Amino acid sequence: MLHLHTILFLIFAGICVAGALNFLLQRHPVNSALSLIVVMGSLALLFLLLGAEFVAAVQIIVYAGAVMVLFVFVIMLLNAGEEERTRGSRVALFLGVPGLIAFFGLMCWTLSRSQLGQVQIGGYYVTTQELGIALFREFLLPFEITSVLVLVAIMGAVVLARKERQ
Amino acid sequence: MELLPYIIFAIIKILLLLFILLTAVAYTTLLERKVIAHMQNRWGPTRVGPFGLLQPLADGLKFILKEDVIPDNVYKPLYLAAPIIALVLSLVSISIIPFGGAWNIGKYHIPLQTTAFWNGTGIQDINIGLLIILGITSLGVYGVALSGWASNSKYSLLGSLRAGAQLISYEVALSLSLVGVLLLAGTLSLRQIVDSQAGSLLHWYFLGGFQFIAFFIYIMAAYAETNRIPFDLPEAETELVAGYHTEYSSMKFAMFFMAEYCNMITVACLATLLFFGGWHSPFEGLHLPVPGIWLIISPLFWFFAKVFFFIFVYIWIRGTLPRFRYDQLMSFGWKFLLPLAIANVVVTSLVLALRS
Repeated sequence: MLHLHTILFLIFAGICVAGALNFLLQRHPVNSALSLIVVMGSLALLFLLLGAEFVAAVQIIVYAGAVMVLFVFVIMLLNAGEEERTRGSRVALFLGVPGLIAFFGLMCWTLSRSQLGQVQIGGYYVTTQELGIALFREFLLPFEITSVLVLVAIMGAVVLARKERQ
Repeated sequence: MELLPYIIFAIIKILLLLFILLTAVAYTTLLERKVIAHMQNRWGPTRVGPFGLLQPLADGLKFILKEDVIPDNVYKPLYLAAPIIALVLSLVSISIIPFGGAWNIGKYHIPLQTTAFWNGTGIQDINIGLLIILGITSLGVYGVALSGWASNSKYSLLGSLRAGAQLISYEVALSLSLVGVLLLAGTLSLRQIVDSQAGSLLHWYFLGGFQFIAFFIYIMAAYAETNRIPFDLPEAETELVAGYHTEYSSMKFAMFFMAEYCNMITVACLATLLFFGGWHSPFEGLHLPVPGIWLIISPLFWFFAKVFFFIFVYIWIRGTLPRFRYDQLMSFGWKFLLPLAIANVVVTSLVLALRS
């Protein structure tokens, strides 16, 4: 019998894959961006199914609510039109498709043989409190270094964007 | 808990909440017109029903019966989807709000919240309720942005660009203003935040936690988030016709309108829960003699009284203040509200650290 958890996983995993395919197949950039938001949202729900509630909420707030908004705005401001279709290259057909099949086959074979990726729910940090304690006690230095890195990136963007005073 | 009664009660709660919310939205529009009219020495709507009380019904009927015009060069899928996105997101966020404790009906305990259930000993709430509301609010920008772009009109696009920039800017101050309350409560669950304010007036975070600065930051950022005067630049009619919903007519326009008023109500509910003790009475510690029936009604009464007050303040401010200029809006958000919110976080956590 199918567990409710499995059913929900299959539904949202299906939406996620469908969104990703739609992202590639759509010709208009705005549609692609919107299907990426669908992928982000269903990923957040998959996190939620794993019990990682904080990660799920942050996935929505940061990726769907902030990063993708900027993407959509850039597309709108540049008024990007539909992309043109090419007829595809021979190299992609003869090298890419077998390469892709080989890669997926190898990945499936490795994953089915090894014991990788088997974790009990609850065997990792899930709640906001546990994550906060882990970030600010055990991993304080990496956390601070990462935030300095982000700050440097922001300052770089500001320097590049500001106009020289005449 | 058995599954069948749980599902039945959940459906009843959802339908009841939607009905109450949509009625509240309709009558908030009437309240707004009445209050503003009286502030400007007018009568407001008086013709439909006694004191104009049936005016929202007449408005709704008019919106449904009006011709639905779709301009020629719009990008149709997104043009049609945008009002639905805006309305659905604003309706969903109210489901996280707790309105009170649990009611006992027969052997069942029914929490007054659509996303909570009775787990045998207590009410099980969402752990990250506040984060979910913030997430849904941050998605709300898509309804506005897509409608402006899909309409293929200069005014709409300018309006939606303004709205997008404004929403992203003020979200930072809004989220940071809530951190002080979260530090004091130590949880993200809305129900636990309210429970930690039980007692009396002095236990509310507005007074007891010295979060009144945070409250003013929150309320100003929230006005900007809901595109209300004095921050209603996305729909400034003197410059942009009507902003992002210029090209919408009949029910599609009404959907944007309803979304805006739903958001107003959500913001008022959140202010009540986080800063003003939710459903707790201000006289809780005094042990006043009250009849037994009052104990059942009292949480809902106080909750709705506080929410009504915040909605009234919204309207009051609309009747009082003029609109900002756009550069004033941006510098107010980034140079005044944001540093103040950060200072509030630092001072609150410092006091908490010194006390413990």
